[in-house]
Amino acid sequence: MSLIAFIGAIETGLLFGIVALGVFISFRVLDFPDLTVDGSLPLGAATAATLIVNGTNPFLACGAAFIAGGCAGLVTAWLNVRLGILHLLASILTMIALYSVNLRVMGKPNQALLGEETVFTPFENLIDLPYYWVTPIVLLAIVVVILVLLNLFLSSEIGLGMRATGVNARMASAQGIRTGKMKLTGIALSNAMVALAGALFAQIQGGADITMGVGVIVVGLAAVILGEATFSTRTIVLATIGCVVGSILYRVVVAVALNVDFIGLQAQDLKLVTAVLVILAMTLPNARKKWAKRKAVKGAL
Amino acid sequence: MIEAKDIHVTFNPGTAIENKALRGMSLTIPQSQFVTVIGSNGAGKSTILNVLAGEIHADAGQVKIDEEDVTDWSTHQRAELVARVFQDPMAGTCESLSIEENMALACGRGTRRGLSSAITSERKDFFREKIAVLGLGLENRLGDKMGLLSGGQRQAVSLVMATLNPMKILLLDEHTAALDPKTAAFVMELTEMLVQQGQLTTMMVTHSMRQALDHGQRTVMLHEGRVVLDVEGDQRKNMKVEDLLHMFEKVRGQEIDDDALLLG
Repeated sequence: MSLIAFIGAIETGLLFGIVALGVFISFRVLDFPDLTVDGSLPLGAATAATLIVNGTNPFLACGAAFIAGGCAGLVTAWLNVRLGILHLLASILTMIALYSVNLRVMGKPNQALLGEETVFTPFENLIDLPYYWVTPIVLLAIVVVILVLLNLFLSSEIGLGMRATGVNARMASAQGIRTGKMKLTGIALSNAMVALAGALFAQIQGGADITMGVGVIVVGLAAVILGEATFSTRTIVLATIGCVVGSILYRVVVAVALNVDFIGLQAQDLKLVTAVLVILAMTLPNARKKWAKRKAVKGAL
Repeated sequence: MIEAKDIHVTFNPGTAIENKALRGMSLTIPQSQFVTVIGSNGAGKSTILNVLAGEIHADAGQVKIDEEDVTDWSTHQRAELVARVFQDPMAGTCESLSIEENMALACGRGTRRGLSSAITSERKDFFREKIAVLGLGLENRLGDKMGLLSGGQRQAVSLVMATLNPMKILLLDEHTAALDPKTAAFVMELTEMLVQQGQLTTMMVTHSMRQALDHGQRTVMLHEGRVVLDVEGDQRKNMKVEDLLHMFEKVRGQEIDDDALLLG
């Protein structure tokens, strides 16, 4: 594998690290299986790409994408909290609705960003390294800032209330926490982050596409699970860092798998490999426990 | 003062499994009184506790806390006035959060939560001091996950958590029922201490008649959603478990008579 391919894997890993952090908030912190992200990633991309093409400052465009994603999350959480629709279904409904919204935002199935100024442009002259280093370094800085802010939030009074809502909602409301409001806030934040990742993604790959969201939830979940398997989850800080580490690890593993010829895997097998990886990561820990138990019982006999 | 007036609660009304849990129950608890509530299964003990906590809303009747009508307040609105310890040790705490995080959550009861850090060094000192009273050595394990503690330890911490902030009433929902006798005795001792220390208005629901008579100043017996016995002072002092059992049989006997009448 070439250096450029390796750096490319890290770059994508960092970008999807932001997605993984969003998924971490919904799936892990709030225990809310939210599939909206499949729609909010392209929503962020579409919003940012359309705004940039129309002459908006790329940083402002990212902010707009963040807000758009937050609104998408609010819709999902509102469907669940206020209308009582099952969380999974509520998120699928928003995701489907977003498909149309995204087409409306762009006015067509894709929006190219070739030659446009992006958030990465100002740094191209600032960082005195070959061009392929610029994006990962800027992304790393963004991810670090997000990690710091997210951890400050999750260890604040409100953040702690949000975590309690996900673990034990009954206890949380007995402590005076508005669990509904926490879900609205958390799911909005989660999708806002994913949409921001979408906005950055569009600027890296040179455009937004209506299909770019397919399977994003599985990729994000894979990163979260991989992070948990390889990194400590003892504290919230470690758990969030784990998400980013998991995401990078996942991309590197995939890049290696696709680059090693004898396995025979090709780029189009990516989604299948991802699904299998998630299934394995979810079932292996349980299976391992069972084996260990059986062994222990046998040993005792 | 806590006042529950003519409370009616019916679960699954109009269906085959309709259950009239409370049928016009009234109970007034003056400030700083420790009331124990007993009754057989389905007598309405847990229901009245949940009505006071705001988890169940009465179909009819009124709940007042210090002259304020809180009948329509939700659980989180009432949290400022009501602290509770659940029967299930798992229910009262968050197992995947640390001891100090759980205590910080309890510290926020009745306050506006903001974006300031939930765990500060001052708070840690405060938690350490509060939890050292238990004598379980938990003051050195504040960072440990709640899930690592035993059921008894968790109930003990729950009690401390409930008493961190001021309240109008402390609700104890059979909080020793899931514990072994020795641990239960320890948790009861701790309860007595905290209640006396803070002069707390307390309502303890229990299955054990022994516990109901040994603790607190007043005992209320429920049957079929109503108060059938309410004793305090000398009358209660002279009461033995056998007397309570006798009372129990008496109300049950009446029930059988009623049925006999109906069938006849």
